[in-house]
Amino acid sequence: MSEHEDVIIGLEIHIQLTALKTKLFCSCSSDYRGKAPNTHTCPICLGLPGSLPVTNEKAIKFATRLALALKCTINERFYFFRKNYYYPDLPKGFQISQYNRAGGKAFADRGVIEIEVDGNIKEIQLNRIHLEEDPARIVHEGSITTSPHALIDYNRSGTTLIEVVSEPDMRSPAEAREYLKQLMSIVQYTEICDPNLEGAFRVDANISIKGHDRSEVKNINSIKEVENALSYEIKRQKLAIKRGAILIQETRHWDGDKTISLRTKEFEADYRYFPEQDLVPFETDEQFVDKIRIKLPEMPKERKERYQRDYLLNEFDAGILVLDKQIADFFEEGIKLEKSFRPEEYKLYCNWLMNQVSRWLNENNTNIANTKLKPEQIVDIVKALKENVISSKIANSFIEEMMKGTSIQEIMKKSGKKVISDENKLESLCKEVIKENPKIAADYKKNPKAIQALKGKVMGKTRGQADPKKTEELLKILLK
Amino acid sequence: MENHYMAHELIEKIKDKEIKIEEIIQEYLDIIKETDGSVNSFTHLHEKDALKKAKRLDDQINKGKHIGKLSGLPIGIKGCICIKDSPTTCCSRILEGFNPPYNATVADRLLEKEDAICIGRTNMDEFAMGGSTETSCYGPTRNPWDLERVAGGSSGGSGSCIATGQSAFGLGSDTGGSIRSPASYCGVVGLKPTYGRVSRYGLISYANSLEQIGPMAKCVKDCALLLQIIAGHDELDSTTVKLDVDDYWSHLNDSIENKVIAIPKEFFGEGVDNTVKEKVDKSISILEGLGAKIKEVSFPHLEYTIPTYYLIAMSEASSNLARFDGLRHGEMIDELKGDVFDVFSRTRGERFGMEVRRRIMLGSYALSAGYYDMFYIKALKVRTLIINDFKKVFKTCDAIACPTMPTTAFKLGELLDDPLQMYLMDVLTCPANLAGLPALSMPCGFDNKGLPIGFQLIGNYFDEKTILNIGFLLEQELNIYTKFPSLKGVR
Ligand SMILES: [Zn+2]
Repeated sequence: MSEHEDVIIGLEIHIQLTALKTKLFCSCSSDYRGKAPNTHTCPICLGLPGSLPVTNEKAIKFATRLALALKCTINERFYFFRKNYYYPDLPKGFQISQYNRAGGKAFADRGVIEIEVDGNIKEIQLNRIHLEEDPARIVHEGSITTSPHALIDYNRSGTTLIEVVSEPDMRSPAEAREYLKQLMSIVQYTEICDPNLEGAFRVDANISIKGHDRSEVKNINSIKEVENALSYEIKRQKLAIKRGAILIQETRHWDGDKTISLRTKEFEADYRYFPEQDLVPFETDEQFVDKIRIKLPEMPKERKERYQRDYLLNEFDAGILVLDKQIADFFEEGIKLEKSFRPEEYKLYCNWLMNQVSRWLNENNTNIANTKLKPEQIVDIVKALKENVISSKIANSFIEEMMKGTSIQEIMKKSGKKVISDENKLESLCKEVIKENPKIAADYKKNPKAIQALKGKVMGKTRGQADPKKTEELLKILLK
Repeated sequence: MENHYMAHELIEKIKDKEIKIEEIIQEYLDIIKETDGSVNSFTHLHEKDALKKAKRLDDQINKGKHIGKLSGLPIGIKGCICIKDSPTTCCSRILEGFNPPYNATVADRLLEKEDAICIGRTNMDEFAMGGSTETSCYGPTRNPWDLERVAGGSSGGSGSCIATGQSAFGLGSDTGGSIRSPASYCGVVGLKPTYGRVSRYGLISYANSLEQIGPMAKCVKDCALLLQIIAGHDELDSTTVKLDVDDYWSHLNDSIENKVIAIPKEFFGEGVDNTVKEKVDKSISILEGLGAKIKEVSFPHLEYTIPTYYLIAMSEASSNLARFDGLRHGEMIDELKGDVFDVFSRTRGERFGMEVRRRIMLGSYALSAGYYDMFYIKALKVRTLIINDFKKVFKTCDAIACPTMPTTAFKLGELLDDPLQMYLMDVLTCPANLAGLPALSMPCGFDNKGLPIGFQLIGNYFDEKTILNIGFLLEQELNIYTKFPSLKGVR
């Protein structure tokens, strides 16, 4: 990490409250994805003259949930401010947002997220979180360069965003990645947002090299892209400094390969923030907060500790398992199905989710809720492995079918694969292998690990159906 | 002629089936046709719809069915209050062609629930920015008492339509005196309610922390009737309060014995016309004769109200008017050259009038980085001082009495090139807006040119009841409210 000691990264993340059914200041449905354009609108979210906003109290409750989960200090009284600028996606000519200067207060201040990179635990401090409305969506037919016109879909206009602003505490793209992973995990646990939905979270990254002006890379849509954009910026800025160039404060755009300058500070809009007086200050007193605190679901950190305690998972496994709430829920559901399971089975279950299942989900770019996989299937796989009905190699080959929801019994029946544990059959197979590989067999005396190579050959001959434990025992006897 | 009656008298006649609503509406329409060419109260008439609704209501009465309290009487509604499918233009070219798809809450309550008939849209200063109804894109409204003079503003059309006998009721909005100024100049009654008393939902904002929609009528009792209907909490406007609304009519005749009426000496200072002072003093004596206690008080921060008011109003306006870019409502310029910002700029540059552009620019300046603390924040601080001046007075007093306007109506064009002088005309009205207090203006006499003089009563928060009560008793004593201007072609 020493190479990045002089790197300063701060992130602003916009999280859309996708679990909120209505918009922030009107009662239109906020479920705009895949809906016919401009069908979820009313005078308020279209900014028609004379319309007035009314705060959606549920949005405040959701924000309170997140603020509590991030250990922020919730301000007892908060105001909305107007952020004034012109853009076609902004129907009122201002965005109702919050401001922590000029007499304004954010919804909540401070807060912390714990991350771990290369075994080092680090706390990233938060500056504030605030609520604001999302602008409309500008749609180009075909691509932005060839489209003869831009179309505006106001269905998104007025949906709720929470902006989480970190302190410039991160020192490397990897730290930024871990921070985002943890934040997304917490957001998922508070059940205010499904981060897997397109556009549900958007990142603005501030990055600078110590002693130089910063640049802000706007609107990056995935954790991977944030990491790439930051790596690119570090290289670009360091190279510029090396060449003696002077970096200026600017806003840049990440196009997937490189960042491009959009505007420099002197051309930044003056947002003329001032209080939104169509809305009365909102009181988030102790009573209000306590009501939400009691109902706050278990957070990933507590869940991780519980898994270590109750299921004897090691810290590393538990940490990864709880990161994605859907996976962790899946784990618990299965564990509760099978009362006979003991720590060994828990570990096996956990490994299966973290390895085979997660790999498949990544490869297919989906999440577990979108598949037909059921906890019972993993329970059955674990049982089959435990009882030596199948080898792990065979089990691994079941993944495709399992994801379609096919039961383990059916998959086994269809594939005809089961463990060969007949001792006579195994013995003759082992003899055959020893005969065919005299060198390895001879090596065994000096190097007991050579037995693994021989076992592998037996497994190969049986296409993975040989009982690995029995095979090893037999080989040992035969090689004595 | 039916328009010699007060609205509440007409309602009785309709109830008693002495007269049909259709006849009343037709008569008002006839007067409009005779007079509006010279007065210009209305920008759009709803003749057909008005007659249609009148017939329907007559039918309902004949069938013994219930109709709303306002019994089909005509109302002229200011051009900045949204009415479904009715041209709501704020008298600006930028909103030409805007027919809102929804009703303001007040329109719902007056028209849908209580069956008033919107006879037409009344003229106003563009976006309510002005005190004379001269900045309207439809040309100025003329004062029915002297057609060479202004009707006051910005709700000039609503004031003049009542004064001329073109409508029974009027609805205006008051940001710095926009109801009371035309009420004073045209010799009618107008009330700006406490901030938060009447829903602003559907009122196209000029300065949203200052303005309220309010009633205008020929007499205090009619004004109270309209207020009764529009007052009260509205879920669509979070700044409306959940306080019970008093029964105004039942308190109109309350004795004002021992009520303490404050006379702030600064409100009678330099710049206030002698005749105005004289007539207002006379009314104060009448109130004293009715048993009220008169108490001279001081209002030290009056001299700061104009700069404070204009800084706040213009700052808010610069943001409130940002939505007018021609993209979603109103008209866009014909020639689409350059990028979207060029189109926005040219649309706004060409379609907003001079005064509106001036206020947007001044307001944007006051809110910009580096000037915000110096202007906007400072104005908010002075606003607090002004509020404290009022609070001190209301600790010992029940109402404040003073002139509405420093002078009677000035000549058309007289102040058009001198915006600062025009702004100073608001000096006695805008304090109530800065503090959010209710204020009533009613005629208390005429000057030697025969122009009406306005008497202003400012009440404590949500105490519209008291100023209506005092105003009603004064009106009975003065007994000038039945007087109409002798406009050529009328009566
Ligand atoms: Zn809406």
